[in-house]
Amino acid sequence: MIFLQLDSYAMPDREISKEVVIINELGLHARAAAMIAILARNAKTRVWILKDDESADASSIIDILTLACAKGSKIRLKIDDPSDLGILNDIVQLVEDGFGE
Amino acid sequence: MANRDAEETKLRGIAASPGICIGRAYLVDQEGVDVVSKYSVMESNLRDEIKRFKTAVKNAKDELRSIIENTPEELHPHANILETHLVLFEDKMLYDRTIETIEKEKVNAEWAFKKVVSGVKSMFQNIKNSYLRERAEDIIHVSQRIMRKLVGVEAVNIGDIDKRVILVAHDLSPADASQIKTDKIMGLVTERGGRASHTGIIARALEIPAVMGLDHATKLIKNDDLIIVDGSTGIVITRPAEQTLADYGGRQIRYREYQTAVSRDSHLLAETTDGFIVPVMGNIELSDEAASVVEHGGDGIGLYRTEFQYLSGARFPKESELFEKYKRVVEMMAPKPVTIRTLDINGDKAVNGFFDDAENNPALGLRAIRYCLKNPDVFKTQLRAILRAAVFGNVRIMFPMISSCEEVREAKRLLNEAADSLAEEGETFRRDIKIGIMVEVPSAVVMADLLAEEVDFFSIGTNDLIQYLLAIDRDNTDVSHLFQPLNPAIIRMMKHVCDVGGEKGVQVFMCGEMAGEPLYIPLLLGLGINELSMNPQSIPAVKSTIRVLSAKDAGRFAEDVLRRPSASEVMKLLRNEYGDILSDKVYTE
Repeated sequence: MIFLQLDSYAMPDREISKEVVIINELGLHARAAAMIAILARNAKTRVWILKDDESADASSIIDILTLACAKGSKIRLKIDDPSDLGILNDIVQLVEDGFGE
Repeated sequence: MANRDAEETKLRGIAASPGICIGRAYLVDQEGVDVVSKYSVMESNLRDEIKRFKTAVKNAKDELRSIIENTPEELHPHANILETHLVLFEDKMLYDRTIETIEKEKVNAEWAFKKVVSGVKSMFQNIKNSYLRERAEDIIHVSQRIMRKLVGVEAVNIGDIDKRVILVAHDLSPADASQIKTDKIMGLVTERGGRASHTGIIARALEIPAVMGLDHATKLIKNDDLIIVDGSTGIVITRPAEQTLADYGGRQIRYREYQTAVSRDSHLLAETTDGFIVPVMGNIELSDEAASVVEHGGDGIGLYRTEFQYLSGARFPKESELFEKYKRVVEMMAPKPVTIRTLDINGDKAVNGFFDDAENNPALGLRAIRYCLKNPDVFKTQLRAILRAAVFGNVRIMFPMISSCEEVREAKRLLNEAADSLAEEGETFRRDIKIGIMVEVPSAVVMADLLAEEVDFFSIGTNDLIQYLLAIDRDNTDVSHLFQPLNPAIIRMMKHVCDVGGEKGVQVFMCGEMAGEPLYIPLLLGLGINELSMNPQSIPAVKSTIRVLSAKDAGRFAEDVLRRPSASEVMKLLRNEYGDILSDKVYTE
């Protein structure tokens, strides 16, 4: 597990967020979304996925799916509470590993 | 209208798995799930209403969990998607929103849930990427399970059905299909799906008759209705008259006797009365189907479609996964040949989700060899797996949808590169395998003489060739009647390919649906097709047809056919010349 340094994150308006690119062939499909949701459900507050102008609650598979992130999509993962940084890290890792596919 | 109920009705769908069955219909979809009434709930009762919803979700989830546990080992790869369904049950967008709706609108749980689900469905309709758009199906399957618990309709667990019935359903989910037991389920009728659908594949693997894609089946057929399902022709008959029952009862017996009789000799080679041997091979989609080819006496595999592994998972398969499957098939068939067709992703399999945007015209788009040449890494992964599997038996490789010489050269160049990379890594593999192409694009027929210089064999894919040559989309009901295998233009194309093959010493095979139809065999034989490949179940019938024909007579017959101006005249000639011989081969009409 690689822990990213807090200062490597963009923090506009003191938000903690990180940009990642979807690399797996089928994009953010149901199983991948489920893997994210399982992690996000353990967060103290919300974890968000932002794409273009839209945002989705990362604990909802359905919300993630409706963002329709195909391969190559850039998304931003955002947390509301710094204590969820570990969860943010885990999700970033998952996406960057292409969900182990 | 009361009279109508008594009348026999013939319904037509897609023939998804051959055979005939007669029995009682068992409707899997319950009306109660679709028709939900709305009523107000008093403030004081809202808490109970919410609790009722939570209990329904919990019960639905427990039910799916036990289905996953009871899924037979061989169907485990399909259980992956069910694990994802488990996580969906408590998704905020379904769960929390339904509770909110109950509270805010003070309505019953069924209504609130239905409202939330239709909201979710409409969100999905706007998604451009078709693969992701179709994920709405997962949500629908999950929400139906919850709704059944809520309404109190006992969910039909197909595994629990304890009488012999014919399943009739709008659609069968992966969870449903994995529970089918052949000693209880005689046949299937569904409104959705087709031959290539998950359920179609399972029906053929289990050898139970199935008619799919039959619109309004769940409305036209009532629970416990006596119905006849003819999976060979795609016909379903409801409220059959005495005479029809007797007729189909007879056909069913003849079909079984016939299957038994022809199966007895089906492991022997098929030789015409004048001594020509025509190898009769099987088409497969899953590695497990190779067993069915062996059982039905196939002389090898003429078409191994390799898309399934790319469609069933959420990602592209790894080289090792491909290799394991190919190796199994090749070992099982050895020393008989296994013709592996490289990845043919196409529109009618609805996998354009592999691409970022859906294409307007997938049949004319980026599919098959075009996709592979554009994605050499994906292609080479498969080529390496094939070359490695070739060590274990007799492998032939076949490139689909070739339309020019450059494409063959490029594909062969990549095949060489794949072989070189394996050599460098010290992997065990074989590079001296036969290379062929699918002839299914008209330009390949026109260029056949030059393409012949590049390859060892041609394999005519009739379905696509007919579609491209006649400009007919056979799924379009307005023009599907023009999809005629006996159209003289098709026959001339086949003749040209066979002639070129003969001149250049290139073998000509056929692996389309035409090859599996006994009626067409005299013509195919007469044109000079060297090898036929079909659904495993059709092998015995085709072999026994070949044994009663003379190649010389068939050749003369083909000459005669080539002078006929229309499909109907060709058919007439065929029936005149061969109707008698073939009448006992064609068990259904």
